[in-house]
Amino acid sequence: MADVAIRFKDVSKWFGKLKVLSDINLAVVAGEVVVVCGPSGSGKSTLIRCVNGLEGIQGGDLVVLGESIARPGVSMSGLRTRVGMVFQSFNLFPHMTVLQNITLAPVKVRGLGAAEAEKTARALLERVRIPDKADHYPANLSGGQQQRVAIARALAMQPKIMLFDEPTSALDPEMINEVLDVMTDLAKDGMTMMVVTHEMGFARRVAHRVVFMDEGRVVEEATPEAFFAAARSDRAKEFLSKILSH
Amino acid sequence: MNYQFKWSVLWSGQSGVWLLQGLITTVEISALAWVLAAALGILSGALRTVPWKPARALATSYVEFFRNVPLLVWMFFWYFGVPPLLPRAIQDWIFNHGAEFWAGMFALGVYHGARMSEVIRSGIQAIPRTQFEASVAMGLTTFQAYRLVIVPIALRLIVPPATSESLNLLKNSSVALTISVAELTFQTRQIETYTAKAIEALTAGTVIYLVLCVGIAAIMARVERRFAIPGLIARGG
Repeated sequence: MADVAIRFKDVSKWFGKLKVLSDINLAVVAGEVVVVCGPSGSGKSTLIRCVNGLEGIQGGDLVVLGESIARPGVSMSGLRTRVGMVFQSFNLFPHMTVLQNITLAPVKVRGLGAAEAEKTARALLERVRIPDKADHYPANLSGGQQQRVAIARALAMQPKIMLFDEPTSALDPEMINEVLDVMTDLAKDGMTMMVVTHEMGFARRVAHRVVFMDEGRVVEEATPEAFFAAARSDRAKEFLSKILSH
Repeated sequence: MNYQFKWSVLWSGQSGVWLLQGLITTVEISALAWVLAAALGILSGALRTVPWKPARALATSYVEFFRNVPLLVWMFFWYFGVPPLLPRAIQDWIFNHGAEFWAGMFALGVYHGARMSEVIRSGIQAIPRTQFEASVAMGLTTFQAYRLVIVPIALRLIVPPATSESLNLLKNSSVALTISVAELTFQTRQIETYTAKAIEALTAGTVIYLVLCVGIAAIMARVERRFAIPGLIARGG
């Protein structure tokens, strides 16, 4: 059996009295691309935010790269160097250039030399196809370019897992593909990915598995072919009819 | 009106030297107090936003305690109240080394630090929470996220209100005359006492304060432009 990168065991989470995750059981193996979808408020963002400890869990256990993050005293910053995350709102640091954004964590966390970090950063910018933007400030980039820089910034820490939280939801339609293309490349290179997205075309082409959530539960888990051809649950059928109809 | 203006009192006798000494003392006490206020303000302003309750409570108590008591009372507190609590040897040492200056500096710094704290907190709270999340998500510790990302952005946002607060600090240094710090206002009072020319003395003091403050405001405006976050804030001119 392949290495399990992420394992949720009966994970539950509450925001106050509201139960946002209910008894989640899910395993993601190394190299796998899992798309998490579902209606708004279904807990999909919360689910992936648990993986790097941005949200704590209150029940069950969550093991990431062999380490339980539910255990008290576990080093979150250590874990987070191995789990990259890309946000809906890009979150580049506006007072730093693209290059400074990408080299910050490698220099300050990994202790890499400035020259080496810059070399890696430039190679990553090449990989996300904007090598000429190194000295620009985020405000001078388009949304699609900012999101690709954000991906490069996460990759600079050489993570084993990449989490994407609706990476294209804040983008103009014509910029969505440039980001999805970079993510597709990443998937082909064997990166372990959990992607919350409404881009069903991406799910169909790139995902190994689709997880459908509703009301804090994993309702359905299937290969993209099976999920899109014949979703089993009524909730998933209804969701698909709404987002695929246009 | 039969008041006889006599502007020459400002450059005859000791007046010029007094004004100069007053100016130097005002600049010294204000500069040191500003450094203290900035340090306390950044530290407590940042602590008021961290995800750890005891730190927030500590910083909030500092702010509420020091900004809600008049500056004059703090001057008296640090000058008359604190020294007797210290060991005899230290008391002797500070009274031989300008105790009033240091007491005044502490009072100003700690009081304005509490006010600066609120300015910095509002700057930090203007930054989307997700900036902090993005920082820690790449492995920075909370401290690193504040030091490298959150505070540097906040400081750029708060230059205008921080300028006002800095000018307030400089002007409030005049309160230190009540514990006999020989700063600018103290010296203008002294000129008035010796020459009985109140308007001339006060005019000299007023002009010096005005030049100092306008100069600082101009420098801060340059700082604001120099460190402006590209594209973030629309500004005129």
